[in-house]
Amino acid sequence: MAHLNLFAFGIYPYIAIAIMLIGSWIRYDREQYSWKTSSSQLLESKQLRKGSIAFHIGVLGIFLGHFFGLLMPKEIWYLFGITTQMKQMIAIGAGGLFGLICFYGLTVLIKRRLFNPRIRATSNPMDIAILFLLYAQLILGLLSIFVSMGHLDGAEMLKLMAWAQNTVTFNSLAAAEAISGVHWIFKLHVFLGMTLFVVFPFSRLVHMLSVPVQYISRQHQIVRQRFVR
Amino acid sequence: MKVRAQIGMVLNLDKCIGCHTCSITCKNVWTSREGVEYAWFNNVETKPGIGFPKEWENQQKWNGGWVRNKSGKLELKIGGKRRILANIFANPDLPEIDDYYEPFDFDYQHLHNVGDTKHQPVARPRSLISGQRMEKIEWGPNWEEILGTEFAKRKIDQNFNEVVQKDIYGQFEKTFMMYLPRLCEHCLNPACVAACPSGAIYKREEDGIVLIDQDKCRGWRMCVSACPYKKIYYNWKTGKSEKCTFCFPRIEAGQPTVCSETCVGRIRYLGVLLYDADKIEVAANTPNEKDLYQAQLDIFLDPNDPVVIAAARAEGISDNWIKAAQRSPVYMMAMEWKVALPLHPEYRTLPMVWYVPPLSPIQSAVQAGHVGMNGEIPDLKSLRIPLRYLANMLTAGDEAPVVRALERMIAMRAFKRAQQVDGVEDADVLKQVGLTPVQVEEMYRYMALANYEDRFVIPTSHRAYAENAYDLKSSCGFSFGNGCGDGNNGVNLFGTKAKGVRQVIPVEIKD
Repeated sequence: MAHLNLFAFGIYPYIAIAIMLIGSWIRYDREQYSWKTSSSQLLESKQLRKGSIAFHIGVLGIFLGHFFGLLMPKEIWYLFGITTQMKQMIAIGAGGLFGLICFYGLTVLIKRRLFNPRIRATSNPMDIAILFLLYAQLILGLLSIFVSMGHLDGAEMLKLMAWAQNTVTFNSLAAAEAISGVHWIFKLHVFLGMTLFVVFPFSRLVHMLSVPVQYISRQHQIVRQRFVR
Repeated sequence: MKVRAQIGMVLNLDKCIGCHTCSITCKNVWTSREGVEYAWFNNVETKPGIGFPKEWENQQKWNGGWVRNKSGKLELKIGGKRRILANIFANPDLPEIDDYYEPFDFDYQHLHNVGDTKHQPVARPRSLISGQRMEKIEWGPNWEEILGTEFAKRKIDQNFNEVVQKDIYGQFEKTFMMYLPRLCEHCLNPACVAACPSGAIYKREEDGIVLIDQDKCRGWRMCVSACPYKKIYYNWKTGKSEKCTFCFPRIEAGQPTVCSETCVGRIRYLGVLLYDADKIEVAANTPNEKDLYQAQLDIFLDPNDPVVIAAARAEGISDNWIKAAQRSPVYMMAMEWKVALPLHPEYRTLPMVWYVPPLSPIQSAVQAGHVGMNGEIPDLKSLRIPLRYLANMLTAGDEAPVVRALERMIAMRAFKRAQQVDGVEDADVLKQVGLTPVQVEEMYRYMALANYEDRFVIPTSHRAYAENAYDLKSSCGFSFGNGCGDGNNGVNLFGTKAKGVRQVIPVEIKD
C-alpha cells in the first residue's frame, strides 16, 4: 500500500507533468494546425453561451483558488493575518461558490454535447471524454467540501498543501508521506487531477496555453512581409 | 508617404447575368471540403434581398465593421479589445449555421437501389452535419435567387432604408432586381485582422491580400463577427476560420482569380492600385459617412506621377508592378472614370473590391416618351432601380457619385450609338457628363469589349527573388497546416473532429 501511495503521489505527478509539457511542446511544434479551442458555437449558440460562460468563470476561479491555496506557503497566509481556520473557511466558501457555477456550466455543456444531434455528430471521443473527466473531478471536489466540513481546523488542508509544496520542490518522498493519511476522496481528486495533466496535450485543453493576452497591447492591423529586406 | 501596392477588383454589375459560374468554380477549388460545405468564398445574391448569411448588411444585428466612438476614435463595432476578450468564452455576435444554411445532400443512391415501386422515387435530403433526415429544407445558398421568397421578407434589405415608398417595389409592375456577386473585400482597414485575438490574420505587404494563418488560428471566432461582409467562415470540422484567399497562388503567377477567370459575362477586372498607407487611419475615421468614398479615393496614388513612382521604388515595389499600376483597369474605373464604387464604405474598412452600378430598364421607355430627359441623357430618376437603393449600397447613401457613374455609362452608350448607327460624333452628350471622346473610347474598350488582357493586368511576384529558395526546398507549398499533412490522418494523437456522418439513410418502402 505504501508503494502504491508513493507511486500515485510521489512519482505519478512528475510523469503527468512531463507528459503535459513534452506533449504540448511536440503538438505546438509539429501539429500546430490541431492547436485550437475547437469551438462548436457555430452549430449551436444558445446553450453554449449559457454553459460555456458559467463553466469558464467557475473553472478559472477554481484554478486560481487551487494555485494560491495549495502552492502559497502557509507562512505567507499568516503574514496577511489569515489563520489556517480562516483559510479553510475561505476555501470552502469560494471553492463551493465557483464549484457550483462550474457545475451548472458543465452540466449544460455535457447535456448539449450528448443530446444536440449536430454537436454529437461532430464530436470526437476525446471531446466527450474530457467533459466527463472534468465532471468527475468537479464532483469529487464538491464532495470533498463535506469532508472538509468535518475538519474546520484545516488539518486536512495543511496535509494537501504540504503534498503540493513538496511536489513542486522535488521532495517526492515527503510529498507522498504528507498525503498518505488524508480522506480517500481527496486522494482520488488529486490522482484524477494529475490524470488531467496527462490528457492535456491530447485534448482541446491546450487552448488554455493560448490565452491571447498579447492582443491587448498589439496594434490593430498586422501586415506581413514575405521577405525582410 | 508610404506607398503600398494592392491587387484590387472591380465588378461591372451592369453586365452580371447571375449565372453563378464564379461561385461554383470557387467552390470546386476552395470549399468542397467537409466543414465548409456551407461556406461560399464567392456568392452571388439577388438584390433586393437579405442575402447570405441572412441580413449580413444589418449591422444593428451583427455589429460588423468599425464605428467612431464618442471620443472620435475608430473602434470595432463588436467592441474594444477588452470587450472582445471578455466575450471570448462565448461570442455574442456569432451567426449560427442556420443563419447561413444547414448544409445538405440528397440520397441519390436511393434512386439506384429502390427497385420496382408504384411511385416515382425521390432523393430525400439529409443534413451534412448531423447526418439526420431533413424533412424540409428551410434555407439554402442563394435562396432568394431571382426574387425568390416574398417581398415582405426581402424588404428588410438594409439598402431600402430611406428609399421612398419602398412598398411599391413589391408590386409586379414596379419590381426590380440586380445581382451582387460578393467575395472578401481585402480591405485596407480590415476589421477581421483587428479583431483576431491570436493575431493569425494578416494583410500581405506585397499585394494586399488578407489571409488567415491556419497554424496560428485558435478558433476564437471574433473575425467572423467583426467582418461586416460576413466573408469569414468558421470551419466547424477543423475548428479554424477560413476566408477567400484571392487565389493568391494564381495571383503570384500572374493569373486572375478563379472567379474572374471563369466569369462568362467578363464583368471582373483585376489590377494594381498604389496607395498611401499612412493615410489609412485618417481616411477610415472620416467623420461623415458620406465622405468615406471620397476619402478612400484620396488614398489612392497616381501611378504616373514621378514622385509616386520614386516613392514606390524606394519602398521596394518592383518596376513591373509600377507598370501594371499604370495600365490598371481598376485604377481607370475607380479613379479616372469614377464608374466603380466601393461596397458599403460606411463600414469603414476601406474595401478593395469595387462595383460598377447597374443600369436598369429605361431606354425603351425614353423612346416611347415616358421618361423625362435631363439634357442629352435620360433623367436617372426614371431608372427602375431607385438611385437611393444603389447609393445605400455603394456610397453610404450619397446619390451624386452613383448618378455620375450611371450618367457616364449612359453617355457612353449614346455616344457609341450615334457614332456607329447614325455616323455622327455626338460630343454634347459627353460634355454633359465631363468625359472626352478619347476617354469614352477607352471606357468602351474596357467596359464593353472587355478583352482578357485589358481586364486582368496582374504582375507576377518574382518569388524566386523575393524569397530564399533554399529554405523552400522540398516544402509543399499550399497546404492546410502541419507542413505537408492536413492534421487529419487516422493515427494522429492530436486528432481533429470526428468525420461527419455521410451514409445514405435507408428508406422503408410502403405501398
